[in-house]
Amino acid sequence: MHAALKLVASSADAPQSFSDAAQINAASQRSLLRFITCGSVDDGKSTLLGRLLFETGAVFEDQLEALQRDSARFGTTDGEPDFALLVDGLSAEREQGITIDVAYRYFSTKNRAFIAADTPGHEQYTRNMATGASTADVAIILIDARKGLLPQTRRHSYIVSMLGVRRVIVAINKIDLVGYDENVFRAIEHDYRALAASLDFVETLVIPVSARYGDNIVSASAAMPWHKGPSLLTMLETIEASPAGDTEFRFPVQWVNRPNLDFRGFSGTIASGSVAVGDRVIALPRRQATKVVGILGPSGALDEAIAGQSVTLTLADEIDVSRGDVIARQGATTAAQRQATVRLLGVAEAPIAPGRTYLVRIGTKVAAARIIALHHAIDVHDYSEVSADKLLMNAIGVAVLRFETDVVVAPYRDCRTLGSLLLIDPYTNDTVALGIVEADAAHERAETAVGHRLVVGLARSGLLPAEAAGRKAWRHIVWWLAGAALTSAIALAITARPLLAFGAGLADAVLRPALRLAHDLLWRNAEERRRAQAEKALTLDGGSI
Amino acid sequence: MGRLTHLQALEAESIFILREVVATCEKPVLLYSIGKDSAVLLHLALKAFAPGKLPFPLLHVDTGWKFREMIEFRDETVRRLELDLIVHINQEGVDAGVSPVASGSAVHTDVMKTQGLKQALEKFGFDAAFGGARRDEEKSRAKERIFSLRTSDHRWDPKAQRPEPWLAFNTRKRKGESFRVFPLSNWTEADVWDYIALEGVPVVPLYFAKRRPVVERNGALIMRDDERLPLLPGETPQMRLVRFRTLGCYPLTGAVESSAASLPEIIAEMRASRSSERQGRVIDHDSASSMEMKKQEGYF
Repeated sequence: MHAALKLVASSADAPQSFSDAAQINAASQRSLLRFITCGSVDDGKSTLLGRLLFETGAVFEDQLEALQRDSARFGTTDGEPDFALLVDGLSAEREQGITIDVAYRYFSTKNRAFIAADTPGHEQYTRNMATGASTADVAIILIDARKGLLPQTRRHSYIVSMLGVRRVIVAINKIDLVGYDENVFRAIEHDYRALAASLDFVETLVIPVSARYGDNIVSASAAMPWHKGPSLLTMLETIEASPAGDTEFRFPVQWVNRPNLDFRGFSGTIASGSVAVGDRVIALPRRQATKVVGILGPSGALDEAIAGQSVTLTLADEIDVSRGDVIARQGATTAAQRQATVRLLGVAEAPIAPGRTYLVRIGTKVAAARIIALHHAIDVHDYSEVSADKLLMNAIGVAVLRFETDVVVAPYRDCRTLGSLLLIDPYTNDTVALGIVEADAAHERAETAVGHRLVVGLARSGLLPAEAAGRKAWRHIVWWLAGAALTSAIALAITARPLLAFGAGLADAVLRPALRLAHDLLWRNAEERRRAQAEKALTLDGGSI
Repeated sequence: MGRLTHLQALEAESIFILREVVATCEKPVLLYSIGKDSAVLLHLALKAFAPGKLPFPLLHVDTGWKFREMIEFRDETVRRLELDLIVHINQEGVDAGVSPVASGSAVHTDVMKTQGLKQALEKFGFDAAFGGARRDEEKSRAKERIFSLRTSDHRWDPKAQRPEPWLAFNTRKRKGESFRVFPLSNWTEADVWDYIALEGVPVVPLYFAKRRPVVERNGALIMRDDERLPLLPGETPQMRLVRFRTLGCYPLTGAVESSAASLPEIIAEMRASRSSERQGRVIDHDSASSMEMKKQEGYF
């Protein structure tokens, strides 16, 4: 049985004393885990988080007194302390009794410091839930034991998976309201594991809890002897934080530090991999090669630096590097691209439609970008692909973005920084979508293949020089022109077939002027030609084509 | 080398935010309030732009009622680090005789802090102002963005905040709009003290226990820092061993009885403490959502 909650200062394992510097040092060696709590409306997310804060001693007496006052005024727990009120900070939230905006909360135990994102359950605030998921290592997905899996469970699970969360803890809450029944728990666990099979999780832990009464939150509940296994807090303390991505060095230049004539450094935060003094690097997109001669870290010079560190690099050569460029290791696959396939989540009232120009922010780069195709939207209830001509708020869809200039991107699964983006309306300055860069998606390969077939056909019919068929750049040009002219990559795939079937005649009428234009634009003179050959082709080779 | 520790991760994040503002805004300023959070913020800013100097000035919105030791510490810090400091005081407020003693905390805070801040930002045309606020301080702050967009009259609209995923900031703004930027958003009070101890960041001596002249009012221990604090009938300042967890205008800042005179002692006391640091602040208690209202009006 659970004891009735009393408003007394209790704390799980708050450190007893820090009497000397060595202990302060130990405290500073804690690791950091960022997690998100998500689930449906009224599943008790805020209550769970409030309970964790209370049990770890992160809530103070004066805050508890304020909580008691507020519980009487706004609470939904009949005068008992309503832990949700500890985290719902905006007056609109307290009045409506719901979470609208993402809130960050902090607590720590001996070995770990936690940053918890408490996010809304309502579908209309999905954007705030996604914001919380974007930086999370782990997700706690709450399910009301009385209700089982709900549409929001599926939606939230999809979004946390999409945003790179690989480890989830499924907390089946309000287990007290179903009489601590093991069968209820087992049935929901079974359902969730079936759902998780179609997502990218590497670890799914399931636990029965009562956030309101504290069962299985910090210690095993006596009410559920059938449940063996650690408490929720122990899970959080021991779960592995997801790896940050691959190990390729990527450094988006944030700011050029030039305090005087003797120092010119490139400041930024290492997005992935590591770098050491002496490493041969390349500055993208212009592919200037040089060497790292110095790394200035937060506390002085370093020999080596790793992902997540904010440093300033000095380079051997006076090359032209500015904000938005990316420094990578020579020979690595990271490259600039003119387009990318992205998965977008609409976050603004105005729908997102193909043909419109936006600003895109990727890493530290801001560039104009046009949506040239919207492949499909995702139905987040059954994860199916549905056709769409625009993307509404809170909807997810896969689109092709064409950048006005070369932009260095990486698949999100390899590098969160260069694989994530904001889409910004250039007129209102509103952020209209969040997005992630897809890894070499199958449809992109298919489109490239269509472009290739077109080029081969055109070369055979004498419309293009024979060697064009072997050149990737031509495939890219054909694909790009079709994309631009018809605004939809899918349209290209549809038109490609009849074009090739009807032979050179139709292709001549449709494509010859376009190819001429491409020729003129890209191969205008000898210098352009050299540049295009040396850089563009290289870029394309390393890019998505 | 493995993953960064918790404090290293927070440090790197703050440095990224500081640099982001300098790279994207035209005229930033660091709001320097002299307290421990400002001290950490300043320390991080010096790291972010090393080996160069700070590429922005400091702004202290003075109210004329700060502890004398705070002002001494401020001036010594500016000299030692060769910083560019702007001190602004709302002269209209001074002329009107506004003071925490005569006007009460609400009017004093609004006129001398909120209005004073707006005056200074407008006078110098700053388009981004760093503040040392942390999300763990107060519930409405927990909901505020790191880059908090303010209208041309400095107002915060909690319902129209831009999503802020990853560490990707939409730093675009219209003419007249500005950002309040909080590089310490994800730090806690404990993190700040751990970092101060680890890095040897200098802080105002008022944080350390010492015998100081205090009077007890409404349960708060108010230090009589100078003769301007009138004594109520029967009141006699008593020398008590006290320290401050948070600093502000002295008549509005409660001391705590403590013998913690060193950083390890302060940290030990804070970890054992059962009350939040803002408890000593008279201005936060006006109503459940008083901070949210103040922020909407342009207060930090």
